[in-house]
Amino acid sequence: MTEVTGTTWNVYDANTLTQAEIYGRVLCDLAEADPRIVALTADLARSTKIGVFQDKFPQRVFNVGIAEQDLFGIAAGMAKSGLLPFVSTMSAFASMRALEQVRTDICYQNLDVKIIATHGGVSFGQAGTTHHCTEDIAIQRALANMCVIVPADGWETANAVRAAVQRPGPVYIRLGRGFEPTHYENDDYGFEIGKAVTINEGTDITVIACGVAVYHAAEAAKLLKDQDGISVRVLDVHTIKPIDEEAILKAVTETRRILVVEEHNVIGGLGSAVADVIAASGKGCAFAKSGLPDCYSEVGYPEDLYAHYCIDGDGIVGTVRELLHREFEADEDWEDEF
Amino acid sequence: MPLSAEEIRSLQAKAKQIRCDMVDVTVWAGGAHIGGALSMTDVLTALYYHYLNLRPAEPGWPDRDRFVLSKGHGGVGFAPVLADKGYFDKELLKEFNHFKSPFGMHLDGNKVPGVDASTGSLGHGLSMALGMALGARFQKQTWRTYCLLGDGECDEGSVWEAAMAAHHFKVDTLTAFVDRNQMMIDGRTEDIMSLEPLAAKWTAFGWEVREIDGHDFAQIGEAIEGAQATKGAPTVIICNTVKGKGVDFMEDQVKWHYGSIDSKLAARAKASITGGVS
Repeated sequence: MTEVTGTTWNVYDANTLTQAEIYGRVLCDLAEADPRIVALTADLARSTKIGVFQDKFPQRVFNVGIAEQDLFGIAAGMAKSGLLPFVSTMSAFASMRALEQVRTDICYQNLDVKIIATHGGVSFGQAGTTHHCTEDIAIQRALANMCVIVPADGWETANAVRAAVQRPGPVYIRLGRGFEPTHYENDDYGFEIGKAVTINEGTDITVIACGVAVYHAAEAAKLLKDQDGISVRVLDVHTIKPIDEEAILKAVTETRRILVVEEHNVIGGLGSAVADVIAASGKGCAFAKSGLPDCYSEVGYPEDLYAHYCIDGDGIVGTVRELLHREFEADEDWEDEF
Repeated sequence: MPLSAEEIRSLQAKAKQIRCDMVDVTVWAGGAHIGGALSMTDVLTALYYHYLNLRPAEPGWPDRDRFVLSKGHGGVGFAPVLADKGYFDKELLKEFNHFKSPFGMHLDGNKVPGVDASTGSLGHGLSMALGMALGARFQKQTWRTYCLLGDGECDEGSVWEAAMAAHHFKVDTLTAFVDRNQMMIDGRTEDIMSLEPLAAKWTAFGWEVREIDGHDFAQIGEAIEGAQATKGAPTVIICNTVKGKGVDFMEDQVKWHYGSIDSKLAARAKASITGGVS
């Protein structure tokens, strides 16, 4: 494990640590400086990797047993008393089992509670569909006051967790389960909540992605450049809410073709958030969403599932090729604007 | 120290006034959960006029005791207490339930001064109260947390998640009340979903349990003081109450869980309250 002390924070190597492990370590760093920080979980301290925090701050961990409604209610009460709770559990439970507590106790009261939702999407593919969560982005972005972040990898997870502390109000951060591939080489690339990261400049089409799909989109862009000579812009839209409208509309104007890729149902997630922005702008473009086609996920290893749902590199390449040939109605004054 | 006879007389008079205020608010609101508000009035009165450590002029005072009305539909009974304590102008209650009023039938803590938690959906309050109490202990603060639940609310599984955890964490600064008025929207609790043996359930969950007449101030006071003196476990006070208490035509009537009253009926209700029906 590479552990470098940076100018302002410790750097944890995303190639050797999972997103959740990095979360646990970053939380330790933050807790050193901020006595308000406490960590809560519901019998998933091991799975959500807050063990390192528990070792360091045993008095600051509250394990409430397998009781997620209580978990989020307690977090709300703690925030009311002046603490800064970080709650970690699987995304399925954070977004569905305890949804009303998240909505009514935390978001409605606009409390400073940070939710670290692990095992998002189909990242725990072998566990079966009860332990997948392909609805959470849709659910969480519908909650007023909630900020929704889906980091691309461990580096971005560290950035997101640090940024969440600075942002008042509830924040939902969706992580994967294990060693998802890492896109970034370090955490020093100017992460900012609500600002998309341009992974790759391009002019023919834009692939907008979040989470593990960012890595696959970047891989696809390389393949398409090498094999087809296609110039693909790739945007890491890590913050689904508040979304970076400017980056999306710039992509629409400059590339006219948009593919959104996410480990989520195609209904309600990043794709829908992007479509909202485009529809409101009045601009026409060729548009497609890749994700789960409104179905419950199959069982299998995540990489097999990513391939099955065309959210891996090859799948994205295929969809891009199809989308490049799709006709759409362009604005008459488009060229002038461009 | 047990409540003196004079203190009890004073609380009884205050409770009558608060009940009359609730009747007014019910008229202004166009309808309210008046039955369950009347049943909890005496407990609320004992807390707000004797036991809670508060500064109404400073609603966010960090060292205040916390109160969570987990049966949030009791808002019509809670708001008059807060107004009377000086948290806001009583005149504002004339807008209760009206367009853009800060006062809906379930009070919003971000809009109504003195409300420590926004409640309404049942089964949420005890977890939040527990979180507050844990937060106080973690920060080495000595304020106490009180939470008032409905009896029908105890059907919610989340109540028992919180009950289990409060015992596990040995949170003795947390006191819960159950307004045991025996009724819920669709009928009597024991017909819809039986709660008994309720005291035994709380005991089995590790709580110190006290069962009282929820309209008897001497008993209410003794139970609260007993809870304050209890170490190592949270206390629940099961308050046997009468739904619609104080208004003769509402008492023990399921149909008055929620209702509307006009000025004529309001006058009759107030006459019943001030006439000393008890």
